[in-house]
Amino acid sequence: MSATREQVFPTRMTLGLMKTKLKGAEQGHTLLKRKSEALTKRFRDITKRIDDAKQKMGRVMQTAAFSLAEVTYATGDNIGYQVQESVSTARFKIRARQENVSGVILPQFESYIDPEINDFKLTGLGRGGQQVQRAKEIYSKAVETLVELASLQTAFIILDEVIKVTNRRVNAIEHVIIPRTKNTIAYINSELDELDREEFYRLKKVQEKKQQEVAKLDAEMQAQKLKEAEEEAKYGESTKSIAEKLEAASLEEGAEEKKDGEEKSELVAETEDDVIF
Amino acid sequence: MSEKRTLIAVLGDEDTTTGLLLAGIGQNDASTGAKNFFVYHEDKTTKEQLEAKFREFTQERKDIAIVLVNQFVADIIRATVDAYVEPFPAILEIPSKDHPYDPEKDSVLKRVRKLFGE
Repeated sequence: MSATREQVFPTRMTLGLMKTKLKGAEQGHTLLKRKSEALTKRFRDITKRIDDAKQKMGRVMQTAAFSLAEVTYATGDNIGYQVQESVSTARFKIRARQENVSGVILPQFESYIDPEINDFKLTGLGRGGQQVQRAKEIYSKAVETLVELASLQTAFIILDEVIKVTNRRVNAIEHVIIPRTKNTIAYINSELDELDREEFYRLKKVQEKKQQEVAKLDAEMQAQKLKEAEEEAKYGESTKSIAEKLEAASLEEGAEEKKDGEEKSELVAETEDDVIF
Repeated sequence: MSEKRTLIAVLGDEDTTTGLLLAGIGQNDASTGAKNFFVYHEDKTTKEQLEAKFREFTQERKDIAIVLVNQFVADIIRATVDAYVEPFPAILEIPSKDHPYDPEKDSVLKRVRKLFGE
């Protein structure tokens, strides 16, 4: 699960976005965790109070049942029927107040008695009026306890639900969103590094190529220069040598000529007579 | 959501209902004849009737904030009561004279126990 990442294009902009997202997720995570802790604290408090209230309810209802037994004993058997028939309007009513616990609205039932309404004016008129009155009082107290318990219970149910949702969110952020965002960031980083390396290598390669080319050109130019110089030098040398040779040759020739001349002159001289022009 | 809910409904045996009515929680709408209490008579009241009343108090009527149910009555329709998870109206299981209160059966207390791993 942690190996997954978001499908994004690895660019610097997405990296920035992802970093913002990670920051937000971490902040949200801590906030939600704190909320969940606050709710859980409240929740534990409420569960403890529910436990106590349920015990209290047991005792209260027992007393109430006993007082009703007294009423039944004093008035006769048909009290239940009488009571049920004479009911018309509720005297004992409920008002719901709202309480805010870290953003969760919890209802708080409040009971109130409308003193003007009395449906049982005639109940127990014949006998047991006192018992009826007592039973009424005791049962009113009992219902108050019950109302208190009911509001605790409602708060319990709502808090239970909200805590579950909050914990689910906390866990989702902690175990899914944050790792995924981190993975995405790591992916983008590695991809960007890869690009960087590629770019660096490319630049190096280009530089190398350029250097090679320059070196080649240099070498060529050098070679050409050398060649030119050599050629020049060769040319110069050859002309010199030719001249020298020529000179030498001419000298030799001269000498020969001289010799020849001498000889010739000798010859001429020798054969001067013989020579017929 | 809870502004109009001002009544307490009862679903229980005769003694419990009578006592609670004496406290003044009963409302009998003269025009419709709709009562916010229902007396369970052993052997006479069927499970279907109970379930229908339970549904009426929890779903159809919008003026009830708390439904008080005798625990032994809730036991009869235990599946329906346990399946009910809404916060409004609140279901409260109460003991009756003949049936002592057993916290192990209470649908909310069961959840409390489950949450604390007991």
